[in-house]
Amino acid sequence: MTGNNDLTKKDFTSDQEVRWCPGCGDYAILATMQGLLPELGAKPESTVFISGIGCSSRFPYYMDTYGVHSIHGRAPTLASGLAITRPDLDVWVITGDGDGLSIGGNHLVHALRRNINLNIILFNNEIYGLTKGQYSPTSPMGAVHKSTPLGSIDQPVNPVSLALGAEATFVARSIDTERAHLKEVLTAAYEHRGASFVEIYQNCNVFNDGAFVALKDPKQKVHNQIRLQQDQPITFGPEGEHAVVARGDGSMKVVSTEDAGDRVVVHDAHKDDATTAFALSRLAHNPTGPAPIGIFRDVDHPVYDDLLREQIDGARSKRGDGQLQELLEGGSTWEVV
Amino acid sequence: MTTRERARVQLSGAVVRFAGDSGDGMQLTGDRFTTQSALAGNDLATLPDFPAEIRAPAGTLAGVSSFQLHFSDSDIHTPGDAPDVLVAMNPAALSKHLSSLKPGGTLIVNQDAFTERNLQKAGYEASPLEDGSLEDYQVHLVPLTDLTIRALEPWIEAGELNKKEAERSKNMFALGLISFMFSRSVEETESWLRTKFAQRPEVADANVAALRAGVNYGETTEAFTYTYEVAAASLPAGRYRNITGNQALAYGLIAAGKQAGLDLFMGSYPITPASDILHELARQKHFGVATFQAEDEIAAMGSVIGAAFGGALAVTASSGPGIALKAEAMGLAMSVELPMIVVNVQRGGPSTGLPTKTEQSDLLQMLYGRNGEAPVAVVAASSPADCFDTALEAARIALTYRTPVVLLSDGYLANSAEPWRLPDVSKLPDLHVDYAPAPDADDDGEFLPYARDEDTLARPWAIPGTPGLQHRVGGLEKADGTGNISYDPDNHHRMTELRHARIQRIAQDLPPVGVDDPDGDADVLVIGWGSTAGPIRAACQQLRERGRKVARAHLRHLSPLPADLGELLRSYRTVVCPENNTGQLSLLLRATTLVDVKGYNRVTGQPFSGGELVEAVEQLAFGGGNGQSARDADVTGA
Ligand SMILES: Cc1ncc(C[n+]2csc(CCOP(=O)(O)OP(=O)(O)O)c2C)c(N)n1
Ligand code: SF4
Ligand SMILES: [Mg+2]
Repeated sequence: MTGNNDLTKKDFTSDQEVRWCPGCGDYAILATMQGLLPELGAKPESTVFISGIGCSSRFPYYMDTYGVHSIHGRAPTLASGLAITRPDLDVWVITGDGDGLSIGGNHLVHALRRNINLNIILFNNEIYGLTKGQYSPTSPMGAVHKSTPLGSIDQPVNPVSLALGAEATFVARSIDTERAHLKEVLTAAYEHRGASFVEIYQNCNVFNDGAFVALKDPKQKVHNQIRLQQDQPITFGPEGEHAVVARGDGSMKVVSTEDAGDRVVVHDAHKDDATTAFALSRLAHNPTGPAPIGIFRDVDHPVYDDLLREQIDGARSKRGDGQLQELLEGGSTWEVV
Repeated sequence: MTTRERARVQLSGAVVRFAGDSGDGMQLTGDRFTTQSALAGNDLATLPDFPAEIRAPAGTLAGVSSFQLHFSDSDIHTPGDAPDVLVAMNPAALSKHLSSLKPGGTLIVNQDAFTERNLQKAGYEASPLEDGSLEDYQVHLVPLTDLTIRALEPWIEAGELNKKEAERSKNMFALGLISFMFSRSVEETESWLRTKFAQRPEVADANVAALRAGVNYGETTEAFTYTYEVAAASLPAGRYRNITGNQALAYGLIAAGKQAGLDLFMGSYPITPASDILHELARQKHFGVATFQAEDEIAAMGSVIGAAFGGALAVTASSGPGIALKAEAMGLAMSVELPMIVVNVQRGGPSTGLPTKTEQSDLLQMLYGRNGEAPVAVVAASSPADCFDTALEAARIALTYRTPVVLLSDGYLANSAEPWRLPDVSKLPDLHVDYAPAPDADDDGEFLPYARDEDTLARPWAIPGTPGLQHRVGGLEKADGTGNISYDPDNHHRMTELRHARIQRIAQDLPPVGVDDPDGDADVLVIGWGSTAGPIRAACQQLRERGRKVARAHLRHLSPLPADLGELLRSYRTVVCPENNTGQLSLLLRATTLVDVKGYNRVTGQPFSGGELVEAVEQLAFGGGNGQSARDADVTGA
């Protein structure tokens, strides 16, 4: 999986000064991406980052690739137009929990269900960072922020569940500071043909510090990270003492590995039916305890841009290359002399 | 089998209106009669008018659909004011359209539809067929339904059609009858029916039989003492076809892609009356056209920006409500300075308004309907066929000046048809543009995405995939030259001015405004834009016949306005500007030229009639006329 070009992280790093708050989780994600792309053999000139609006959406400015910092929530729409017309490019979408799930929720759903060849990376910090700290569609019930002094009364959305419900063919979750894990997930997303969706738990140390402490703090994370690994039984904890089993109705619960016996769910992201992946996504909502990370779903489905090109090529081989004069003269014509 | 010799009367032209229930197939009937007239060499103009509801309750006034055709042996510009012949398929159609029929005009009524129930639905207390209210017209009561069913008995008996299906062919019977009246060959329609129903030959046969039965009915009944003939018009030599505005627009876009050597990308969300452009392009995939039906108009606009960034000739088409949704993304498009086309097929507004009717009320929305100072180019088509040329012109401006260009059409242009002399495709303008080239290996100069061409002020079109030109664009203010984010006050002012200047530069290659003034001594100018061209031209001709000295000018370019416009307007005693809005171009002309333009403004959802504009100009410029229609209208004088 290592690239065959001699490019390095430097070749993907733009000359623009990075302006996130010191300590922001976005830095770690940026560094991972800049380091990963040369390893994947990506070319700066064939890579495009398209973002919406938000702290996270400043990301494209810092990559020495092509990029568009578009408008709030609409990045998937620009990316769709580009990916459809330019199959030769690697198109990434960078979005936030407000950008991608509130104002742009509609576009996210449709880009995923169409399975357009995009990598959509959602930085979830459970807060509106750029507008200085309002609750977001992923903030937990009761969250006290600027616009919710008495606590949020909105039911939050689970981005992984949403993506699965939107027929996404690749759905994963990782954590800003888990460099190796993030790299692995991003690599798989990059290699997936069709739309890939990756939720990254990202700490906003200014307006929502510690939202993911259960999964990031070295002492807590060993108890709480449920790492999904292909073909492996889903167990976690320092000694693998917890296990995920299915209830009779298909939903999942955590029990002790001992009690689980041979009922431990063996993870299979390639299963075409998304029911198990969805059930796994329901294990944790706003992660204050055990929560799954890794690849929930990775299946091969027809890709929109491929199908469109097939239609165009098919029409061309059936009807020949379009001739303008012929088109204009189609239907009934008559001669005036 | 003529049972009696009839007089064949030569007419210079006629206006025929088919009116019936939405389910009666009036649009199709009108369409076929249009093609037959075109093949007879007439000049023509059409006006389809249908309800927004797909199937409004049958037999009601709301469900009436109509199609008017004006055909002539000379050059005509409007679908005609009052019809000479009205075909009314039911009481609702009669009730809705009778008042516009010319006194003494011919009225063909489907007698069978005048049942108690239908009369009630149309609001008649007594049958108009019996109470003498049709005395002023030449009335032909025809049992259309019954005759059609009888003509199709063989198919019904063979079990190939049921009675309901057979009844559906009554529009073909009506078409046959009208074709007989106007001495039209139905041959082309027969072969059209056979192609259309190739999968169901029995349906094709039945329709052809109904059509012929209509012709025969005309020939055998004594009721039709005259038949009419309208000779071919002396149009400029060439090959012709009929074309609607939406079709011409779609073809113009395909032609623009070809002439530019670029793949055409169309991202759109369905909306009346723009959807047909998407439909037409979706059928032309062998031209390499990629069509994308987005989840909404915002997404459509976003996809177009993405495709333009990637180097495609990118287009979206919508109408008022959808254009409103696109506004924010259009601002981004303007700010990233990429070429693209936004088509607005205007319909009656505000809000959902009158989806199937026409209006010109989005002009100021297109010019100013975005946050911040966000100038874009705006062009407008003036006739169905002109949509083709205007699409090419929109593409030329977009590609040359790297700007979104708004192309305004409207419901009237979109759906009405006219004969179009086919252009010689080898003579279409060359729209070829160069992407920014990759720098040489030894070139270590910095790439400046916002460096500008001296002449056009356009920035380089540096598309992804080009090594060495990686850059980022976005909606945040950019530093002049580098395009990096900049909050510098002077830079913002400079960039704002540059964005305006780039649009103004477009005026440098526009020809002087064309003025139509046969005698060259007019002191009144009638100026317009968009689909009012036909009615204005017709009105000016009538005014000249009355001895009035009027000149006429029609604007294709609305942003920027042509450079010589102020001087031109100032050279007339009076400038009159008729618009299907409350005075949007008038406002613009007054503001930019300080000329006291007189507006004639009506928003009825219908195009102007030539006659109404004659009165309006009489009143506004010559202080005369009977002022009938102008008096009712909102005349925005000084
Ligand atoms: C149309 C529009 N509405 C509102 C805003 C203001 N706005 C900018 S970013 C943002 C929320 C961003 O939150 P999120 O997507 O979570 O990004 P973060 O800053 O947390 O990375 C809002 C409301 C805007 N720029 N545009
Ligand atoms: S506000 Fe939060 S998300 Fe935004 S840059 Fe600062 S720390 Fe990061
Ligand atoms: Mg956020």
